[in-house]
Amino acid sequence: MEITLTNLIFYGFALLTVASALVVVTVRNIVHAAFSLMVTLFGVAGLYVFLQADFLAATQVIVYVGGILVLILFGVMMTSGRLEMRIHIERGQLLLGGVITLALLMLLLTVIANTPIWKNLTDDGTALPPTTERIGELILNGPFLLPFEVVSVLLLVALIGAALISRKEVRD
Amino acid sequence: MSDFRAMLASPYFNVSEGFFPNINLQDGLNWAEEFIQNVVIPRLPEAVAAHFPVELGTVLVMFGCAGIFVGVFPLLPLFLVLAERKVAARFQNRTGPMRVGPWGTLQTLADGVKLIFKEDFIPPQGDKFLFLLAPYIIFACSFAVFAAIPFGQNILVSDFNIGIFYIMAISSVIVMGVIMAGWSSNSKWSLLGSLRSAAQIVSYEIPLGLSILTIVMLVESLSMQEIVATQSNGIFSWLIFRSPFTFIAFFIFFISAIAEVNRTPFDLPEAESEIVAGFHTEYSGMRFALFFIAEYANMFAVSAIAVTLFLGGWEGVLPGYDILGGLPGFVIKTLALVFLMMWLRWTLPRLRVDQLMNLCWKYFIPIAFFNILGTGIWGLIFPEDTLISTSISCAIIYIGLIAAYKVAGRSLAQRPAPQPS
Repeated sequence: MEITLTNLIFYGFALLTVASALVVVTVRNIVHAAFSLMVTLFGVAGLYVFLQADFLAATQVIVYVGGILVLILFGVMMTSGRLEMRIHIERGQLLLGGVITLALLMLLLTVIANTPIWKNLTDDGTALPPTTERIGELILNGPFLLPFEVVSVLLLVALIGAALISRKEVRD
Repeated sequence: MSDFRAMLASPYFNVSEGFFPNINLQDGLNWAEEFIQNVVIPRLPEAVAAHFPVELGTVLVMFGCAGIFVGVFPLLPLFLVLAERKVAARFQNRTGPMRVGPWGTLQTLADGVKLIFKEDFIPPQGDKFLFLLAPYIIFACSFAVFAAIPFGQNILVSDFNIGIFYIMAISSVIVMGVIMAGWSSNSKWSLLGSLRSAAQIVSYEIPLGLSILTIVMLVESLSMQEIVATQSNGIFSWLIFRSPFTFIAFFIFFISAIAEVNRTPFDLPEAESEIVAGFHTEYSGMRFALFFIAEYANMFAVSAIAVTLFLGGWEGVLPGYDILGGLPGFVIKTLALVFLMMWLRWTLPRLRVDQLMNLCWKYFIPIAFFNILGTGIWGLIFPEDTLISTSISCAIIYIGLIAAYKVAGRSLAQRPAPQPS
């Protein structure tokens, strides 16, 4: 395999993602785990860029790092008194977890092996057109219009529900 | 599996084709590569030139440019800090710094030297690793935003096709740095400040993004250069005058941007009278200076984005008059907005938390949604930017401004005058 700078950057991102993901599941301090998750999500965004999914990469950062992770940190800081997690793990749980992990790994490997061509990469080295326009067409003018609208209604309901629950008059 | 390997070995993954071809980094790369091919290699002895690693050279040239960028941009906050102090002094009928250098112009330089030599204190009870990391995250993200801002016709790092979306994504990471700084300091003031900051930034990102959407709807592109290109016919083709809705969107964008960069009247995260200095209470010396530089760089960045989106970017007031690729015009417009921010800071008192949240959720977000609806309808009626649509839009803006002035004037007149206490 040719060692090019792009390859190095790709493997750098891959290493970053995997290493920080390992830290997320092994570290005891829950805030450290959350910040490590930030690095993981960032690394995944970098990998999306390599798959020519530029819009998805930016969305990944804006939604997960800028939104969901902030919520996770809010939750952690507001609720937990002590940050060191001492979770007792039974042997049965370990076995079950291992089985599920193996099954997931096999599933992912099958998908990787059975994907005939990585369609977003062309062999002659030319770039595909930007994805933003195609995503917009598919969501608002194509087969994904209905799921998109259903999801937006679902989110609206969740929003109204959250506002209702947090209101003082209802709570008291 | 073999396809996976083929993908990695394919000529596509080659630096000369661009790292991320889809994000249009090629232009910058080609420039660096041409510099190597045309300028460096002919000057080398032939034996060296034959084996000169072009790829490595390209990367080194890019790193060099990045170094210049990182070296020059901290000078901008140096100037802005002095400007802020002078502006504040004028507003309060003082003279500001006068001792160091002519008219005090070297004051910030002296302060910078002082900050470098100050003790670098790290709270022993805090989380040392995150405490050291936080300023770098904020600093790096503040400066990464500049990569997508076009300063002139050809003065830009890269013309991403997701330009404005990239800017929003990168600037949303800043909040992580703020939380990190606040939490790792292990101080009540810091934590309170960072949680306030996070709540504020996450809230105000919504009206900010929605008002950017109105522009994206009209331009039909996320690329910063294309947004500028649609505003090339003089002042009346600027997107702020394109429709009455973009006119409203500009103000929502600008006010939300002030909230995003935590400046008065939205400076609750660092409210001195309540929580000392907010999330950077425990920082000292150069680490504090990094926060300071990042804050002023942010201020400049959001003003530059506002100029690019609404005020014509580097295009001039008259069509076709772009002096030096439009750079001076762009900087003047941006500094005017920065001055406006300073003006607001030294004029308005700080908001309360409930006022801050009310303003965002009960006023800005509904108005921003209304704007999107209105912009859609406007785009259906006037698909092209013609003389008629601009005239109608300017007329509506004019009438709206006069009506707003009358209404505001009447409600202010009816309010009883404040009694001297």
